[in-house]
Amino acid sequence: MYTQAMDTAPREDRQAAHRTEDQRELERRFEERIDAGDPIEAKDWMPEHYRRTLVRQISQHAHSEIVGMLPEGNWVTRAPTLKRKAILLAKIQDEAGHGLYLYSAAETLGTSRDQMLGALHSGQAKYSSIFNYPTLTWADVGVIGWLVDGAAIMNQVPLTRCSYAPYARAMVRICREESFHQRQGFDALLTMMRQGTPEQRAMVQDATNRWWWPSLMMFGPPDSESVHGAQGMRWGIKRISNDDLRQTFIDAAAEQAMVLGISLPDPDLKWNEIRGHYDFGAIDWDEFWRVVGGDGPCNRERLAARVRAWDEGAWVREAALAYARKSSGVQQEAA
Amino acid sequence: MNPARSEWPLWEVFVRPRSGLEHKHCGSLHATDATMALQLAREVYTRRQEGISIWVVPSTQITASDPGDREMFFDPMEDKVYRHPTFYTLPEPVNHL
Repeated sequence: MYTQAMDTAPREDRQAAHRTEDQRELERRFEERIDAGDPIEAKDWMPEHYRRTLVRQISQHAHSEIVGMLPEGNWVTRAPTLKRKAILLAKIQDEAGHGLYLYSAAETLGTSRDQMLGALHSGQAKYSSIFNYPTLTWADVGVIGWLVDGAAIMNQVPLTRCSYAPYARAMVRICREESFHQRQGFDALLTMMRQGTPEQRAMVQDATNRWWWPSLMMFGPPDSESVHGAQGMRWGIKRISNDDLRQTFIDAAAEQAMVLGISLPDPDLKWNEIRGHYDFGAIDWDEFWRVVGGDGPCNRERLAARVRAWDEGAWVREAALAYARKSSGVQQEAA
Repeated sequence: MNPARSEWPLWEVFVRPRSGLEHKHCGSLHATDATMALQLAREVYTRRQEGISIWVVPSTQITASDPGDREMFFDPMEDKVYRHPTFYTLPEPVNHL
């Protein structure tokens, strides 16, 4: 799935005056490497703000993958067929895997796994606002694959060229797997639309109506309000702007909706011959900020489920560690 | 429990994609011991038959060259062009050597 563009950390430009000559030289060489397209590796020198921006973005991204398992997990026991259940389980396992690749990438920057999880569980760290919406029917699972994973892919493909190489490598692996997520979703919806009852088709339309606007919000605030867009672009952390990605997604989804035979819930959605893009209606950014701020339909439920899973697993983590220490002690004595 | 002591150790994972190829670094994970690291590596890194063999190594056991020394460490090879076959111009009949 994916991370959202949100900059909440203080800028450190004000400290610029206090930098020593050496630091300025290091920064100059860093900027040169960025300009030359030279990938940055974990042990390379990097400005503190670059490091913090990456830790925040990669960990938010990891949290999104992990929390993203919850809305889908809601339907594992009620998937309509064994085939769909096996597919859903495989997809959810992928999300866990994506979270793990990303946590590992973030850890290379010197922040521990426990620190990141602590920030998530205390509510200090964010995750993608999309997962704070409920999955009311089976059609929601299909629409998540089609629209939410579709939006995620749009966002993630440019990240495979991120200047921070461990993040870029994780994204290559994730993007390879993500395509299955979108296709299985579209396939499930197509089955309901072509072989389903009128009620099932209405279910697909209803789920699409509910997920359309939140999916568009996944690309983050408009460029005019995006706080760290420019710096992210400068450093090669971000490659394509929020608005450009959103437009590409809308253009693709509008065509895909026609294949499904459903409408998108936007009366202003219309092909614009001159622009060569679809025009679309105003996005409710108040809703976006409300959900990001913690007041979406499921924020409390999602966080509570994560914290409960972590707390209830504590004895397992401790027992496994104790067993490993005891076993290695026995081996050392035997040797 | 002390947080530093409760976090599982970090392991580096190397996967051999096919017979005849070398193991290649593909990422890292946390596990309490080598057996668990292997099992988790299978789940995390080979869900789609990406490998036929896995190595796991405790991250603390890896010694790496210092990126700051990159030039000093690798540049001595820069001017040794005679190590490459293209350095030598031979007459046409034997230029396939």
